[in-house]
Amino acid sequence: MPLFKLALRNLLGGGLRTWLNAFILSVSFVIIIGCQGLYKGMARQMEHLAVGSYYGGGQYWQANYDPFDTLTLDDAHGRLPDALQKMSAAGQAVPVLKRQATLYAQNRVLNITLNGIKQEQTIIDIPTARLRDTGHAIPAIIGDAMAKSAGLQQGDTAVLRWRNAHGTFDANEIYIAAIMNTQVGVIDQGQVWIALDVMQKITVLPDEATLVITAQGSAPPRGADAGNWVFRNQDFLLTDERNMMTSEYIEGGIMYAVFLFLAMLGIFDTQILAIYHRIKEMGTMLALGITKNDLIWIFTLEGALHSLLAAGLAFIYGTPLLIWFDRIGFSMADMDQFGLALGDTIYPVFTPGIIIGTAILIFALTAFVSYLPCRRIAKLNPTDALRGKIA
Amino acid sequence: MGETIIKIQNLIRSYQMGSTTLNALNNVTLDFTTGEFTGLIGPSGSGKTTLLNIIGSLDLPTSGSAEVLGRKIETLSPKQAAVLRNFEIGFIFQTFNLLPVYTIYENIEFPLLLQPQLKTPQRREMVRQALEWVGLADRAGSMPKQLSGGQCQRVAIARAIVKKPRLVLADEPTANLDAQNSANIMEIMLKLNRELNTTFIFSTHDEKVIKHLRRKIKLADGQVVSDESI
Repeated sequence: MPLFKLALRNLLGGGLRTWLNAFILSVSFVIIIGCQGLYKGMARQMEHLAVGSYYGGGQYWQANYDPFDTLTLDDAHGRLPDALQKMSAAGQAVPVLKRQATLYAQNRVLNITLNGIKQEQTIIDIPTARLRDTGHAIPAIIGDAMAKSAGLQQGDTAVLRWRNAHGTFDANEIYIAAIMNTQVGVIDQGQVWIALDVMQKITVLPDEATLVITAQGSAPPRGADAGNWVFRNQDFLLTDERNMMTSEYIEGGIMYAVFLFLAMLGIFDTQILAIYHRIKEMGTMLALGITKNDLIWIFTLEGALHSLLAAGLAFIYGTPLLIWFDRIGFSMADMDQFGLALGDTIYPVFTPGIIIGTAILIFALTAFVSYLPCRRIAKLNPTDALRGKIA
Repeated sequence: MGETIIKIQNLIRSYQMGSTTLNALNNVTLDFTTGEFTGLIGPSGSGKTTLLNIIGSLDLPTSGSAEVLGRKIETLSPKQAAVLRNFEIGFIFQTFNLLPVYTIYENIEFPLLLQPQLKTPQRREMVRQALEWVGLADRAGSMPKQLSGGQCQRVAIARAIVKKPRLVLADEPTANLDAQNSANIMEIMLKLNRELNTTFIFSTHDEKVIKHLRRKIKLADGQVVSDESI
């Protein structure tokens, strides 16, 4: 029996009420796909920035290095194993030496992490070429958030104090050779970058480093080749970013759950009304030879088909809207203040998975919400129904 | 004398109304044969509609037996009852009960859609024939709300007879119609009864219907008080 055909006829026969429900559902469709695309774009952009600016193709950490423990940072250094030295020499990796230090700038005292990095490296997006020594002070690069918190501008000088490998305090003047525009907090907030050779010299840690950033796509040495240096792959390094995105997803999920709930409420209401207002119609159908199960199917399908109409509507107005959204992006100025490494504009990413997944979710929810009131039909007495009464 | 198609024996249908039991049908025994044009006559509450509903397998007897077209109504599963209604029984209601979102054509086609063996061209031909029987061939594309009461009832008749059932049950078919429309409707049903040998059973207290009946069964308080054949 063409239940689908009958359900579709009934649905379209509902006129304006049908189209209003379908329109509201289509708005949920577009919003969910838009939000999902935005989060996908946000996650991709965040990972892209973090990988390009700091994580590279993964990092080797000296055994004592723990990025969450600043107290042990001064003990986290060592000579590079041969394999890593070779990678560094071949331009497939860049060593970074990290030490605790204090910066005296514009009458402020700031605890910072001093990073030494090879001036000629091209593996991460830090303009290290600007670290060229001009003779009068140590050239340094800071990020724009750091510049803001320290009150420093390009060309400014500040006093840097550190402890060398023997525990002796030493100090020197640095000048800000460049302020990099970055949204990646881990290379910006509380970070000062100077040339590696200078760093090794002033800390008396020749040929030593804290971590080694590998180039994307390079084959890292395995097992004993890396000595007691531990390889942290991109998945490990991106854990915090991904956790942060998961919490963003959940917050976003709450928003579109509200939209979906409103749309579902409309369909549920329509179904309840249908059960009570079309009771005589159901009685007639039963008299004409339809079974109660078929009737439940027809009315459930009728409700569920709202989602197909909604998908059609969403396609008509949502496609140009989302294409436009995809082109102009979504302005996210100052998001880095919330700890998210993002550009000023987020470009959403709409994958088939997002679209199909959203369609399946909405269809399943609509079918379920449509089915709930239809369960009453099973208890329907045909003779009562013909008189317009529900038992 | 035609073949017996309905055998009702000692039929009781009672309803519980609070602490009292109301017998809508009380020990009814009746037989109906093929080609009858019969009326169940009686005032409101006499049990006419209840009897039609049981014959139509829409309701079940409390006790006794109702055998319709070889099937015992009291033993049928809901699915078997639905099949019986779909293939063998046509219903005509007082308030027409047309499906409001379907066109006239679609309303008449509806029972045929429940018969999967019928292909589209067959269905189309059957609907066309039914529309011709009731004189509404030119209104196939109209919606029920565009028709008068008399026309709606003609559509309901077409829907009842489109599948060529052996039995048509009409519950007060002229109650909502004026004299002229009632006469037209009765003429159509008499013609179908003659030409297709379809058995018609009416429930009515309308004199305009009663005068056309060949058998009149009077009911009162759920019991048969007289059964006259002309």
